[in-house]
Amino acid sequence: MPEGLALALSLAGLVATLAAAVARPRWLPEAVVAVVAAGGLVAVGAVSVNGARQAVGHLAPTIGFLAALLLLADGCRREGLFGALGDLMARGSRDSPRRLLALVFAVASSTTVVLGLDPTIVLLTPVVLVTATRLRMSPKPDVYATAHLANSASLLLPISNLTNLLVFTASGLSFTRFAALMLLPTVAAIAVEWVVLNRFFAAELGRPPGHEALPAAPHLPRLSVTVLSATLAGFLAGSLFGISPVWIAAAGAAAITIPALVRRTEGAVDVVRAIQPSFLLFVLGLGVIVVAASDNGLAAAVRTILPGGTSLPALLAIAAISALLANLVNNLPAILIIAPVAVASGPAAVLAALVGVNVGPNLTYAGSLATLLWRRLLRADGTDVHLGEFLRLGAATVPAALAASTLMLWSGVKVGL
Amino acid sequence: MRVLVWIVEETWRATVAAAAAFVPADADVTLLHVRASDAETVARGARDALLGRSRRSAADSLDAISEQGARELLADAQAALGRQAALDARSGRIEREVVVAAGAADLLVLARDEDRAHRGPRSLGHTARYVVDHAPCAVLLVWPDAPSG
Repeated sequence: MPEGLALALSLAGLVATLAAAVARPRWLPEAVVAVVAAGGLVAVGAVSVNGARQAVGHLAPTIGFLAALLLLADGCRREGLFGALGDLMARGSRDSPRRLLALVFAVASSTTVVLGLDPTIVLLTPVVLVTATRLRMSPKPDVYATAHLANSASLLLPISNLTNLLVFTASGLSFTRFAALMLLPTVAAIAVEWVVLNRFFAAELGRPPGHEALPAAPHLPRLSVTVLSATLAGFLAGSLFGISPVWIAAAGAAAITIPALVRRTEGAVDVVRAIQPSFLLFVLGLGVIVVAASDNGLAAAVRTILPGGTSLPALLAIAAISALLANLVNNLPAILIIAPVAVASGPAAVLAALVGVNVGPNLTYAGSLATLLWRRLLRADGTDVHLGEFLRLGAATVPAALAASTLMLWSGVKVGL
Repeated sequence: MRVLVWIVEETWRATVAAAAAFVPADADVTLLHVRASDAETVARGARDALLGRSRRSAADSLDAISEQGARELLADAQAALGRQAALDARSGRIEREVVVAAGAADLLVLARDEDRAHRGPRSLGHTARYVVDHAPCAVLLVWPDAPSG
């Protein structure tokens, strides 16, 4: 098959998969589109059977890792961790909007770092909304902060974002080295968010307390806290002894899931549902489609755009290009497209790409322009929402956070972290 | 006489106290709350940004959270007012909804919403300023706390 035709077919498969994932028609799950498109590309020879097998082989450990993390987060939900965190924030706020925001920053950053972006968005955001509403404060600063930190704080650990997980093995970094290199960039991104959100929502945050009743001191569920701490310590210690982090995650998932299965508070069906098999299939299919596109010319095209080397201007450009691509097509395909090219320039380039695809989606509140436009088209956002405000906040945080994080990454590499 | 009392989270106690003090006993009182749906939109948008995840969505409950909060706030305001009042919970662009609701009233009671510590134009934020400027009825404007000067 001529390369041009193969590339065209691969891109068509990618577009169809992304369109299904954004529009989510009831009758056509995106996982089906991804798997059918990937299968079709193998069938017509756009990617060889061997190539597809290799891509699946590369992705399989990552998918297993992801499944373990999903179970871990679901266990924490079941144990009531997120509700307890809500009470903790409400009580700690002592009725001050600014103090509540500070606690939201601490909690949302922590859940993102330890459990990943998904639980922060899906499980913590409703809790934050409940907390601010119950304290009779404007929930806007807190909900924005949670949504932004789910992206900005997801730089730190390989487990904090699926994008990190997807390139972790290819980057050649150990768990600890990844974390060490990403520590300063994460702190920089969170600091930018703090400064900008505080100024942006000065009116809401400056309001005096309304003297609302605070909840009683909550008890954090012991099992969740113990398992999470042990898993985190295991990740760091495992690096030293050469134990693959996927086994540590599996152990953590087992430790929080098996007691529930024994107590029968959770059935096998719930466990399968928590793993989200359709999501795992979607990622696998997407991976094969991107490999087909990359092998047939997309990688060559990316190579002409993406600067080589790890000088500061090169890293800044990699972060900026990655952020733009993430905003066009969403962060998962963006990192799958960029990472294979960036790997050639070494770990710093891969991490710069991660800074771009993780922080970049804050430019719009829907993660990418495609999703944003689709939502506006559906009028799911109503006509009464200030789109300008969302975009202004994105414009105020994203370029600054990208620059600060990349600068910190470059400094870390320079001093030999 | 029909009186509309606009209840806002941070300042509802002062507004209700003013309504209790100044509104004649035979007036028909309506307590109004308008919720902006910005926060829910952001939360739902963030959920939609997660490509390919399972469709069992926790995001559907977001509106329920805010609606429940608004109901509780109006109930507390009514209890503090200590008299019969109709309750009106709306959502949308806040300033416009308040002006529309005020179309059916003779008097609107509201609180200053920005700089509460100092007297001056900055005590009115964008939202309250719009309402005061556009209200088709008489307006009773309340200080949430005693201003220092």
